[in-house]
Amino acid sequence: MKIMGLEAYKGVYVYAQQVDNELSGIAFELLGKAKDLAKDLGTDVTAVLIGSDVKGLADQLAEYGADKVIVVDDPELKEYRTEPYTHALASVINEYKPEIMLVGATAIGRDLGPRVSARVKTGLTADCTVLEIGDFPLNPVPGKEDEQKHNQLLMTRPAFGGNTIATIACPDNRPQMATVRPGVMQKIDPIKGAKANVIEYNPGFTPDDKYVEILNIVKAVKETEDIMEAKILVSGGRGVGSAENFQMLKDLAAVLGGTVSCSRAVVENGWLPQDLQVGQTGKTVRPNVYFAIGISGAIQHVAGMEEADIIVAINKDEDAPIFDVADYGVVGDLNKIVPALTEALKAEMAE
Amino acid sequence: MKIVVCIKQVPDTKGGVKFNPDGTLDRGAMLTIMNPDDKAGLEAALRLKEQYGAEVTVLTMGLPKADEVLREAMAMGADKGILVTDRVLGGADTWATSTTIAGAIRNLEYDLIITGRQAIDGDTAQVGPQISEHLNIPVISYAQDIKIEGDYVIVQRQYEDRYHEVKAKMPCLITALSELNEPRYMTPGGIFEAYDKEVTVWGRPDLKDVDDSDLGLKGSPTKIAKASDKVKKGAGEKVVPDTPEDAVAYIVGKMKEKHVI
Repeated sequence: MKIMGLEAYKGVYVYAQQVDNELSGIAFELLGKAKDLAKDLGTDVTAVLIGSDVKGLADQLAEYGADKVIVVDDPELKEYRTEPYTHALASVINEYKPEIMLVGATAIGRDLGPRVSARVKTGLTADCTVLEIGDFPLNPVPGKEDEQKHNQLLMTRPAFGGNTIATIACPDNRPQMATVRPGVMQKIDPIKGAKANVIEYNPGFTPDDKYVEILNIVKAVKETEDIMEAKILVSGGRGVGSAENFQMLKDLAAVLGGTVSCSRAVVENGWLPQDLQVGQTGKTVRPNVYFAIGISGAIQHVAGMEEADIIVAINKDEDAPIFDVADYGVVGDLNKIVPALTEALKAEMAE
Repeated sequence: MKIVVCIKQVPDTKGGVKFNPDGTLDRGAMLTIMNPDDKAGLEAALRLKEQYGAEVTVLTMGLPKADEVLREAMAMGADKGILVTDRVLGGADTWATSTTIAGAIRNLEYDLIITGRQAIDGDTAQVGPQISEHLNIPVISYAQDIKIEGDYVIVQRQYEDRYHEVKAKMPCLITALSELNEPRYMTPGGIFEAYDKEVTVWGRPDLKDVDDSDLGLKGSPTKIAKASDKVKKGAGEKVVPDTPEDAVAYIVGKMKEKHVI
């Protein structure tokens, strides 16, 4: 599958996700990365803002690095629905021809990205953790040096639950599309007072059967803190044993000014809500200290926390794989160690 | 009602990962299972069959040995199995895979297509939504609950901090999460029957409205530049303290050393 006239595609675009007319953190993270890529390519950064009554968010995108903001504003776009959003983003791509299109690997982006890529007939690399500009193939094939393509987007992502890592290119199609894992790219310090060049574009929306009807929206009560922002995480796994036993971890977290998080098993058992889950199907975290308590350390979990500065593991199974990534591993009974640790830290802090 | 469930035979990641020299997966060399999200999708289909009455067809694309997951699905209660296999389909990325599966599904009657959210090998979550786009039908990703009302399906669609209750006209594609349900086991009777049931095998000529240039490695817009085993972070210290007090003293000592406290 090849598309002619690739050189017509210019600029680095990001999908600036908003929910309830509030920009998501991933929008700023993507802009930070887009700025790096645009610099390497000698081009500029465009944010695509899709929603209803969202134009007011454009300057905020400028403060985080957008040179241009394309706004698609329509009442049909009030809540995220796959079809009208796909139509909006695919139409922007067909009209403005970006060479790179970045989308957050969120519950929205992982629905929107594939649908858009199929509509505009290009490749999409999922859940990327590294993006850079380089050559494809990485090394020229002897005798075919002139076939090596330069200034390609090289997209690196974990696969096999983090067992392997692959770098992927999209040499013959445009845009080069990636969804990007939240919490991995760095946003820039906002440039106060920056103004974007705002372009309003509306491709027209005609509801059909693909415009599904939203009957009801049920928001989870936000009683939990954002584990991606926490400096100290006290994370529990299946070994904690019950929802009640998480009180021990909460007490430890409270002493350290930290937050409780968990592994997938804990969510599956209904002990803690999904937004506290760390790992491949949860969130990627990089706190200063990560306590892995009663967590065996499946590769899917490790993929979400191995970037923590210090990892402390407490587990009764001395062969648990978590000890392969822990800086400080303690083999022992968490039910005895955790409460005693809380008391000891309390005493230390009081001094 | 006719339901098509797309399933995938995936390497059991516990068994390690092996590559071909070109960087693609050597699927033949690894132990395999039915992808967990797909199994949840199949279970959802079987429950709809029990509740509303339906014919459940399982479809997979893969090597000839992927027949195994179709047999497993039929032993759980699926009515028919279709294996899409052809050498020209090998090395496909999500674009080429979704194009292939859509080309196969065009031969079938369906009200509902259910896929797993994502496979544990690729972890992309792209093929389901891309199939729906190729077939020009609505998609509802990340389903937590599925109900049928006349010509409509009503699904709880999960987001990070909320869910939407969504109503879509069938035909529609739904992607299922492994949290959706607890898949049933195969029954001994089911296993016997599954081996008597016929699996339909389709190759390239059976795919409808598909260009050769959109299939397999050649038809894949994304190309692997490099693939490798992940470099593991080195293990640190591991201690086996005699008492909880020793354990606590060790951790507190490290926290002080690193200026955490």
